[in-house]
Amino acid sequence: MSADAAQTENRLDALATLATGWSAEARANALARLREMGLPTKRDEYWKYTDPTTLASEAVTEAALYTEQDTPLFDDIDRLKIVFVDGVFDAAASDDLSLEHVEIMRLSEAAAADIHWAKPLYGVLEANGQTPVARPLAALNTAMAEDGILIRVTGKASKPVSLIYKHLATTSEAILHHVVKLDEGAELTLTESGPAAARFNKVLEVDVADGAAFHHVRGQGRDHERRAVTHTFARLGKESVFKSFTMTANGVLTRNECVIELNGDDAHATVAGAAVGDGVFHHDDTVFITHDALNCESRQVFKKVLRNGAVGVFQGKILVKEGAQKTDGYQISQSLLLDEDSQFLAKPELEIYADDVACSHGSTSGAIDEEALFYLQSRGVPKDQAQDLLVLAFLGEALDEVEDETLSDSLRAQLENWLSKRSHG
Amino acid sequence: MLDIKNLAVSLEEEEKQILKGVDLKIGAGEVHAIMGPNGSGKSTLSYVLSGKDGYEVTGGSAELEGEDILEMEPEERAAAGLFLAFQYPVEIPGVGNMTFLRTAVNAQRKARGEDELSAGDFLKVVRAKAKDLKIDADMLKRPVNVGFSGGEKKRNEILQMAMLEPKMCILDETDSGLDVDAMKLVSHGVNALRDEGRSFLVITHYQRLLDHIKPDVVHIMADGKIIKTGGPELALEVENNGYADLLAEVA
Ligand SMILES: Nc1ncnc2c1ncn2[C@@H]1O[C@H](COP(=O)(O)OP(=O)(O)O)[C@@H](O)[C@H]1O
Ligand SMILES: [Mg+2]
Repeated sequence: MSADAAQTENRLDALATLATGWSAEARANALARLREMGLPTKRDEYWKYTDPTTLASEAVTEAALYTEQDTPLFDDIDRLKIVFVDGVFDAAASDDLSLEHVEIMRLSEAAAADIHWAKPLYGVLEANGQTPVARPLAALNTAMAEDGILIRVTGKASKPVSLIYKHLATTSEAILHHVVKLDEGAELTLTESGPAAARFNKVLEVDVADGAAFHHVRGQGRDHERRAVTHTFARLGKESVFKSFTMTANGVLTRNECVIELNGDDAHATVAGAAVGDGVFHHDDTVFITHDALNCESRQVFKKVLRNGAVGVFQGKILVKEGAQKTDGYQISQSLLLDEDSQFLAKPELEIYADDVACSHGSTSGAIDEEALFYLQSRGVPKDQAQDLLVLAFLGEALDEVEDETLSDSLRAQLENWLSKRSHG
Repeated sequence: MLDIKNLAVSLEEEEKQILKGVDLKIGAGEVHAIMGPNGSGKSTLSYVLSGKDGYEVTGGSAELEGEDILEMEPEERAAAGLFLAFQYPVEIPGVGNMTFLRTAVNAQRKARGEDELSAGDFLKVVRAKAKDLKIDADMLKRPVNVGFSGGEKKRNEILQMAMLEPKMCILDETDSGLDVDAMKLVSHGVNALRDEGRSFLVITHYQRLLDHIKPDVVHIMADGKIIKTGGPELALEVENNGYADLLAEVA
């Protein structure tokens, strides 16, 4: 047995298997996929810029708890709260799981049944997303997920559903798998916030039917030592909308993968992110968007502000399949490096098999604009504050991708708060 | 108000001396003008006084109301009452003009130990001052100087000056790129700020600005030095004869 395979076996042995009910087949299939793929190693091309060792290892690296009392994100927003503490559902802290036009159930509770609406989706969108690039940690998640939330939306949800992840144990591991299914014309906003655990492996599968709209807004907070690997798999129907935004501040290691398939004509997908990293921080956005229908639009807008040796990674691909005419694909990834120790690694890719498309991509790395900084200072704004203002302005273009103003205001306020803390120790 | 003695300045990056011993004394309430050929060091003087990086002071001193400003951070100089209207105002994408103004006003108030202005009070003051300069609501909302015409940028500088109420105002070629009407607006804005306790240093190429903003003293700068100082008639002399005669005089 190769070292990889041995590691995979160890990893699998280390986790309890849930092998009954409607998800058993999907879990078994995922396990088989995983055995075939093996866990990722830093020799893999797809992990060239991010070392997956501590994400794939058997043991969870200890993560000291984050003790600063930040105001939680989205705190003042009317929403349905679902709380997980180190990956374990916290019923007392959660709201009643009922909302008009929305059916919400915990994966662990639903799993015992033999039939479920989530069956055609659970692990299925993930499996689709395994080609052309393998994503073993997502297969691992499907096989091993201990819990998660299954959400079916039949109409317009009146308020956001909010997943709140708390981290209270230093060596905890959370493996959560969520499935969201939006019926024709349905609308839902899903927010996620919090560090979740010392190590967090999360998969979110989203099926957006014709004319439906899904908004996803996520904050990955200042918890310095946590690690996370997350995968979002989305399938978009005709005239549907999918928008996902992630704000990340610190965390030792984060890999956020987003795999989107535009399957129906006139669909729209946006994936955006703003990240601020200070010190021991490695943040990787890996996006794969496949256009497989007419007249679809996709946008990728990623901004990172890095300092004190922080590392940012962006791997973004737009694949336009044969026949996906009138595709409009846009991709931009930019970093602001506040010092020379920080680093931004970007790999933008376009692969196009249709002739009538408009695709653009751009990637830049730059320093703070000294002229602007001086201009602000000359008006009496202290240097730290002037820098924060310019950083916020830079990230603003990504934040602008969040449609809901209450949510984007909440993100902006949090970002300002985080920045002010950074610059004053 | 401003007392500059034998100020010598070189570039930090290369060994090039730009200011070669500038002496300039501006009393409270006075308006001084500096004229001089391109490249004589006028902008450099204004940058060094406001604390821009990249210059090395190799000799001399500069005091604002008796305080040495050369060791201060740019924001400290601003809080002490110094203001520079830039020759080339900087564009700041993503920062709204209004946010910029409020941040600046409140930062200075804070530095001076005063209370911050409430949003409502601030808005009232800005609107009134903006109106005098024909700056509309849209220009206040847009990102700082982004997409502004040359004239709009200069009017925006004067608006900042009006909001910050500095003691020592330096205007670096505020007239360049202005048509006659804009020039009148800007001059009017400046004149409205003239006060016993406030001094101006107006850097310009042209006499015409000085028809609107009447100087008490005119200096001619060439090759990093003030080569001649006189009354308003000196500006007219330059207007009529150019700098050649003056340069020949000192050569
Ligand atoms: N940052 C700089 N780098 C290189 N040369 C500079 C810099 N700043 C000023 N200079 C040079 O110094 C001289 C004076 O420039 P400046 O102060 O802009 O003159 P003025 O405003 O009188 O036209 C010019 O020769 C100019 O090229
Ligand atoms: Mg100049």
